[in-house]
Amino acid sequence: MSAHPTGTHSFDPALRAQLKFSEEAMATIQKIISRYPAGKSKSALLPVLHVAQAENEGWLSPEAMDLVAQILGIQSIEVFEVASFYSMYNLQPVGKCHLEVCRTSSCWARGAEDIVEYISKKLNIKVGETTADGMFTLKTVECLGSCGSAPMLQCGAEYHENLTEDKVDALLERFKSENKRHNYTDLDFKNSK
Amino acid sequence: MGRKLLLTHIDVPGINTYEVYRSKGGYASVEKAIKTMTPEAIVEEVKTSGLRGRGGAGFPTGMKWSFLAKPEGVPRYLVCNADESEPGTFKDRYLMEHLPHLLIEGMITSSFALGANTSYIYIRGEYFYVSRILENAIAEAYANGWLGKNILGSGYDLDLYVQVGGGAYICGEETALLESLEGKRGNPRIKPPFPAIAGLYGCPTVVNNVETIAAVVPIVNDGGEAYSKIGVGRSTGTKLISASGNINKPGVYEIELGLPVEEFIFSDEYCGGIANGKRMKACVPGGSSVPILPDYLVCKTAAGEPRLMTYESLSDGGFATGSMLGSGGFIVYDENQCIVRNTWNFSRFYHHESCGQCSPCREGTGWMEKVLHRLEKGLGNMDDIDLLVDVAKRIEGNTICPLGDAAAWPVAAAVRHFRHEFEYHVNFPDKVKDPKHGQREPIMPVAPAPVNA
Repeated sequence: MSAHPTGTHSFDPALRAQLKFSEEAMATIQKIISRYPAGKSKSALLPVLHVAQAENEGWLSPEAMDLVAQILGIQSIEVFEVASFYSMYNLQPVGKCHLEVCRTSSCWARGAEDIVEYISKKLNIKVGETTADGMFTLKTVECLGSCGSAPMLQCGAEYHENLTEDKVDALLERFKSENKRHNYTDLDFKNSK
Repeated sequence: MGRKLLLTHIDVPGINTYEVYRSKGGYASVEKAIKTMTPEAIVEEVKTSGLRGRGGAGFPTGMKWSFLAKPEGVPRYLVCNADESEPGTFKDRYLMEHLPHLLIEGMITSSFALGANTSYIYIRGEYFYVSRILENAIAEAYANGWLGKNILGSGYDLDLYVQVGGGAYICGEETALLESLEGKRGNPRIKPPFPAIAGLYGCPTVVNNVETIAAVVPIVNDGGEAYSKIGVGRSTGTKLISASGNINKPGVYEIELGLPVEEFIFSDEYCGGIANGKRMKACVPGGSSVPILPDYLVCKTAAGEPRLMTYESLSDGGFATGSMLGSGGFIVYDENQCIVRNTWNFSRFYHHESCGQCSPCREGTGWMEKVLHRLEKGLGNMDDIDLLVDVAKRIEGNTICPLGDAAAWPVAAAVRHFRHEFEYHVNFPDKVKDPKHGQREPIMPVAPAPVNA
C-alpha cells in the first residue's frame, strides 16, 4: 500500500487559475501523448505526472494534478488515484535534493542503515523530514535495483552507488554548491559508481 | 569460462552506440528474420530453443508466444517488462544501460514474429536515466531504418516507445503492468482472460522480460537448436545472474545454466567467495520472493548432490529443502547477518508494495511485518513464531496475483530453516536490543548441522 500522506493540501482555485506548465514541458507532454493510439491519452498519465512534478518544484499539488487532468481530458480523481498509488509522486513539498536511500536487503546487508544514520546526523533531520533551508529531504525507499553496488541512494535522475561516509560528504557538498533542484526527468545526470 | 550470448561484447568501448554495436554484428537477427524467415518460423525457433521467461516465473517463451490470439483487424502488442524491482535483481538495468541496442534488436525481431506494429518498453520510473539511454538508442535505430515504416523494404512497420512507471513493485506483474501502461493504478487483473487474448487496450498482448527479449537475438542468429544445447535438461541457454550481498565481487554475471552453485559463489571468475574472510550463513538464490537456504543446502541438495544453477536443481527438494532460480537475484549473507532482521526487511518490502486489492495480502503482509518487527526487537514470544507460519499459510494461494505467495514464502522458509534464530530472539531479548546485533560481532547462532547431512 502506498504510504503517502493524503488530503493535507486543499485545492485552491486561485492558485489553479495561475498555474501553467512551461512551453517546453507542454511540448514534451504532447510528444508523450503521441506515443499512444487515438483515444488512449490516459496512458500518458504516469510519464506526464513526472513532467508535472518537475514543473511544480518537485511535488504534485492538487492544482498541478487538476491541470494534468485537464490536459489529458480525464477526471481529477483519476489523476489523484494514480498519483497516490505510486511511490515516486510526492503529494507533499520536498527539498531541492530528495535523497532516497535504499533500505532493502542487499543494501541493508552492506550497511545501508549506517548511511541513513550518517546522513540523518549530518543534516540534523529524521527520515521523512526536510532541512529548514529546503535543501534536503531524507527518505528511505525500497529496492532500486542497485544491489551489486550497495549501499546506494538516488537523487533525481542520479544513482550514487557504493556509498561511504566520505562519498556522502562529497556528494552533499556538491549538491549544496550547485544549489539546484534535482528531478527524475533531468537530462544532465551524473551517476557515480 | 562459460559461453556468453548476451554480454559477448560488453567490454567493447562504445558498444552502447549504434555504430559500434552494428560493427559487432548487431541487428543481424532483424535482417535474418525479416528477409529470410516467416513469423511462424521464428516462433518455432524460440520453441525449439527451450527459452524460459527470465523475469522469474520461468514459463516457456515459445509457448507463451504461440498462445497469442490473432483475430483479423485487431492490433497485437508486444510489451517489454523492464519494471525490474525484485530485491536482489539488477541484471536488466545493467543490460539496458550498457547494451541498449541488444534490447531494441530483440524487440524488433520479436515484434515481427508476433505481428505487432506498436511495441512498448515499460521501465520502472526509478530507472529514468536508463529510459534516456534507451530513447537515444531508439532514435538511432529509427535514423538507420530499423524502426518506422517499411523496415528493410519488407512492408513491415514498427513503432517502439518507452514508458516510465511511477515506482511500484507490483507493476512487474504482467497484468498490473498493462493497467499501469493504460495510466491506472497497478492493480493486477483477474485471469483469465490472459494477456495473450485480452491484454493492452483489450487487444492480444505478449509481455516478456528484458533478458527474455534479448535472448531472442542469439536464438534467431544461431538457431533454436544451438541454444537448446547449452545448459542442462529443461534449463537451456545462458542466464544473467545479479550477485549481491556479502561477497567479494558483486555484479552481473552471464552463466551457462548448469554451473555448480559452489563454483558460482567461490570461484574468482564469479562472486569470488565470501567477503572479509567470513563464512556464509544463508543464500537467497532467485530474488527476495524465493525461499532462503541455509549454508548447508546452498551448494548441495538434501540428497547430497551438487546444487546447480538450473530451474530444476535449485528447486530440488521442493520448499522443504530447495528454493527457486526465480529472476536470478542471488543474495549471499555472511555469519554477521541476522536472519530475523532480514526477514522483517523483506516483509516490510512486501507490505509496502502490496497493491491492497486482496485482503489476505493487504492485511497479512502488515501482520507479518509487525510480528517480525516485534520478534526482531526482542519483544516477541514463542507463539509468535507459529503465528507467522500461520499467517503466511493463509496468504499463500489466496490472492489474485503472486505477490501474496512472494510475501509468504520467504517468511515460511526463514522459520523453517532458522527457527533457532527466532527462538534466540525470544530467549535472549537483551542481546538483540541493539538494532545492529550481529553486525559488529557474530553473536547470532549459525545454523546447526542437520542430523543426516
